[in-house]
Amino acid sequence: MKRFLIPLGIFIVLVGFLAVGLQLNPREVPSPLIDKPAPPFMLPQLADPQRQLSHKDLLGQVWVLNVWASWCVSCREEHPVLVELAKSKVVPLYGLNYKDKRDEALAWLTKFGNPYALSVMDTDGRIGIDYGVYGVPETYVIDKQGVIRYKRIGPVDREVLDAKILPLVRKLQG
Amino acid sequence: MRRALHSVCAALLIAFVAAAVGKEAVPTAADPAIEQRSMQLAEELRCLVCQNQSLADSHAELALDLKQQIREQLKAGKSDAQVIDFMVERYGDFVLYRPPFKATTALLWLGPFLLLLATVAGLFIYLRRRRSALAQGELSTEQSARAQALLAGGAEHQK
Repeated sequence: MKRFLIPLGIFIVLVGFLAVGLQLNPREVPSPLIDKPAPPFMLPQLADPQRQLSHKDLLGQVWVLNVWASWCVSCREEHPVLVELAKSKVVPLYGLNYKDKRDEALAWLTKFGNPYALSVMDTDGRIGIDYGVYGVPETYVIDKQGVIRYKRIGPVDREVLDAKILPLVRKLQG
Repeated sequence: MRRALHSVCAALLIAFVAAAVGKEAVPTAADPAIEQRSMQLAEELRCLVCQNQSLADSHAELALDLKQQIREQLKAGKSDAQVIDFMVERYGDFVLYRPPFKATTALLWLGPFLLLLATVAGLFIYLRRRRSALAQGELSTEQSARAQALLAGGAEHQK
């Protein structure tokens, strides 16, 4: 009897490890950018490319940066949540239109609604690289001092918004 | 019908291959030394889109962009270490196929050795126990004499 206990024990531990492993999401790589200053940018605005927006323009307020693209399928999934967030006017939402074509991006916003206070165009994806973007959509919460406090990879759903983003925003707004 | 399908498939395949080759061929650096260094670096770095491929192997959009970044930075005279730091600052240690040794990665580095050590220790204990069990199992002179007698008797029976 005893000789079966050891393999059984090992088996149970192994199953435990595998069960935990299955729950983890390998796409969620912990970002080294948390609690670091948001990388600087100076990009043309989507609505009016003659005008530019810089990270410095946004200092002094808590804001949410959402990386999106018209070619990104999961962006469509999270879009209603963002529209709702924009309607609540709790926090300004800025869009980083990542590696997109301007006319397609504009058409996309007309079709699905525009939750962004402003979107800027990162056509060649350079600023995206600075922000460690690898799976659009990505969402960042940036505080009054311009420090990244939270990053979400993949679509934002109601649960994440209510449990993570909104409480953090309220806390940061103090 | 089937033949039509075949030719469509073939055409698509050719188109894909052409597109893939075409895409890869564009950003080659003029300098072969830089190209070689950037390839070496790209093999050390993980593609975040398709996580089981290196940047060098990957044709994902982001991987192509990052390879381009590597080339440009090397051309600008940056060292290999600086390029690696650039990537780690943005994507974390996860991009490295050889993560650095620190508190959070200690188990990753030492785990296999600990496992080996535990196994060797286990084996050692097992062997020692077995040896002492065998020693205990040895027969006294009296017992072996009796066994001999029994064996001899058994042999006689068979005759």
